[in-house]
Amino acid sequence: MTDATQHSGPMLAADGTPLKRSLARALRMQKIRALMLIAPLLIFVLVTFILPIADMLFRSVENQIVRDTLPKTVIALQDWDPASGAAPGEPVFAALAQDMKIAVEAKSHTRLGSRLNYEFTGAASLFRKSGRKVKRMDLDTDAPFKETFIDIDKKWGEPEIWKTIKRYSPAYTNGYFLNSVDMRKGADGAEARPENQRIYIKLFGRTMVMSMVITISCILLGYPVAWILANLPMRQANLLMILVLLPFWTSLLVRTSAWKVMLQQQGVINDTLVWLGLVADDARLIMINNQFGTIVAMTHILLPFMILPLYSVMQTIPPTYLRAAKSLGANNWTAFWRVYFPQSVPGIGAGSILVFILSIGYYITPEIVGGTKGVFISNRIAYHISSSLNWGLAAALGTILLAVVLLLYWCYDKVVGIDNVKLGG
Amino acid sequence: MAESKGTDAFVEFERVQKSYDGETLVVKDLNLVMPKGEFLTMLGPSGSGKTTCLMMLAGFETATHGDIRLDGVSINNIPPHKRGIGMVFQNYALFPHMTVAENLSFPLEVRKMGKSEREERVRNVLDMVQMGEFGGRRPAQLSGGQQQRIALARALVFEAELVLMDEPLGALDKQLREHMQFEIKRIADDLGITVVYVTHDQTEAMTMSDRVAVFDDGRIQQLAPPDKLYEEPGNSFVAQFIGENNTLDGVVKEINGGVALVQLDDGELIDCNPINVGVGDRTRVSIRPERVEFNKDRLQEGTHTVKAEVLEFIYMGDIFRTRLKVAGNDEFVIKTRNAPDQVRLAPGQQIEVGWLPEDCRALDA
Ligand SMILES: Nc1ncnc2c1ncn2[C@@H]1O[C@H](COP(=O)(O)OP(=O)(O)OP(=O)(O)O)[C@@H](O)[C@H]1O
Ligand SMILES: [Mg+2]
Repeated sequence: MTDATQHSGPMLAADGTPLKRSLARALRMQKIRALMLIAPLLIFVLVTFILPIADMLFRSVENQIVRDTLPKTVIALQDWDPASGAAPGEPVFAALAQDMKIAVEAKSHTRLGSRLNYEFTGAASLFRKSGRKVKRMDLDTDAPFKETFIDIDKKWGEPEIWKTIKRYSPAYTNGYFLNSVDMRKGADGAEARPENQRIYIKLFGRTMVMSMVITISCILLGYPVAWILANLPMRQANLLMILVLLPFWTSLLVRTSAWKVMLQQQGVINDTLVWLGLVADDARLIMINNQFGTIVAMTHILLPFMILPLYSVMQTIPPTYLRAAKSLGANNWTAFWRVYFPQSVPGIGAGSILVFILSIGYYITPEIVGGTKGVFISNRIAYHISSSLNWGLAAALGTILLAVVLLLYWCYDKVVGIDNVKLGG
Repeated sequence: MAESKGTDAFVEFERVQKSYDGETLVVKDLNLVMPKGEFLTMLGPSGSGKTTCLMMLAGFETATHGDIRLDGVSINNIPPHKRGIGMVFQNYALFPHMTVAENLSFPLEVRKMGKSEREERVRNVLDMVQMGEFGGRRPAQLSGGQQQRIALARALVFEAELVLMDEPLGALDKQLREHMQFEIKRIADDLGITVVYVTHDQTEAMTMSDRVAVFDDGRIQQLAPPDKLYEEPGNSFVAQFIGENNTLDGVVKEINGGVALVQLDDGELIDCNPINVGVGDRTRVSIRPERVEFNKDRLQEGTHTVKAEVLEFIYMGDIFRTRLKVAGNDEFVIKTRNAPDQVRLAPGQQIEVGWLPEDCRALDA
């Protein structure tokens, strides 16, 4: 026995430092090294995934443009009662004139116009028009401003534009979210939009229903394939596996366009059906630019995501279970349904989650083959991002989609249990 | 139940052959007749076709040729689930997503039995395997031995008259295995069921079975009760496979009145009991180690003895195991009981060994 182990104080390492401290130092080095190894990935995920999501969440409620562009007006408007039915008084117009002067110089008035235009049609042209006039206005001499502005456009004399400005003057708004669920900010809080402007609820509903149909189609088509894969001898199974994975090797765009060729009215399937006499030439089936087209093409594209987890779960189910069930008196169907199927459920769960979540956010395929009736909510998001430039609304729609996915995931965990999901053996 | 053991055939294999690939026969000309209530063990080296035979009987493999009959009815074309044969698999194959009780009631449910009767039967069979409290557990929550009991119970719960077991104790440790051997045998006897049991382990085969079928090369080499198998092996494969065995090679010179004169390769002439040899054949003479005697006082008057040299003496507690060199064979072993007057031989000692002619069996070479 050495001295170190005999004396009652803290254990010492060979060099005399307390053992605990040298152990901690050694471990810290290991941790730092491990952290440095994953640092590139961590930074990548942070920059390309976490930050954009945070930014999106922020944009969906952010609304500083009104109070940044028209700070004095916003303060002056606090005393105005929108219920009065008349435009505000001179002090507000004076404030507006001052704010507009600065905004025009910074050219930020048109941006504010487009922003308010989402809520009040006509706001964009009103601001553009007023901006041109305000440029030539002299703040010291041109009072009173109320008449001047009403001269520029009589919309300034009506309470509607003022109500909109007042409603959207806080820095944060739930307006985008209300818009996303077909509502809007009315005089007294949220109110439903008129019937003909409601689109988002319907789109969300359609996205859910169609994703579910796609998931179910994938289960129905993928299950037998996975079963064959799991039960074939190794060599044939590998060959079949290559066929299953083949779609991954061709571009998504090419595959989707191929469906266009197949499904269109002058396409391969219709031609064949007409040739066989099953369909009259003047009554060719419409299989594209509608929901049917989207479902067919997306099922095809997402099928491997169902087959792979199913296959890896089925591979771990020994064939003796089926034999045992049969020896106990179960016929083929009962043996499958009572013994094999329950054990393959984790694979169905994993595949369904994958397929459903992928399809709920799918964009390209519905865009190409969906027409107007077969598009998803993501197509609308893309439209707001790239065409209407209403990023706030796009962000709100995206946030709702994210929340729905998380909610579904949570429900799934409650019902099936996420531990029961197996992606691999 | 001894009285239920009739002589009429319950399970019959008649000229059964099996090939998986169309080139080699895995089972060659299998003939077997089992009366009701018999406990028959298939014993043999790996790859000798035991599992294949069992699978053909259970209906998971089809015989390429021949007839398999159950209770007089040919079952070649009856699917497995209609055969009503209980089966215990080597890895138990208990359904992992069902509790023990659900596993046991599964065969009853598929037979459309009422709920109360099912529960009663499950309770009874659980009691029989002494697992009464475990009905609510999942198989994964049981030990190997407990799973084995449940697998056995599941094969018995629907009152199958024939139960097949393919190495059911292979995954258990030695002590548990011995205990379960006893349990299985007791339950089988109590219920009077017919059992076909497959094992690698010859002690298991010897202690449990009414009869043992020794398999090799797709054929039954010998089908006999354990004592007969050990004492009267029908050919040299069985003699080698069952128990320890000494062999001496030679040629049969003559056969006279049931005694063969064999000339060993070193020229020595000995008397043997001819089993499956004729005059002029090469033979392999088989003698069990415990039937060899070196103490002249205990040998019968006039017994022929052979010179031997002691190579090794091993003290094994209850017995002594002594390795000798006899007639050129230096793996010749004798076993002697550890009695107070027993002589302990020392290596290098020159002795003479002898045996009764009927214990010295001249078999095929
Ligand atoms: N499904 C199969 N396809 C092809 N050949 C097989 C198949 N099953 C078994 N065989 C072959 O048949 C022969 C007998 O196999 P079997 O499983 O019956 O042997 P066994 O006596 O049970 O052996 P063990 O004691 O190792 O279990 C072996 O040579 C084996 O390779
Ligand atoms: Mg086997």
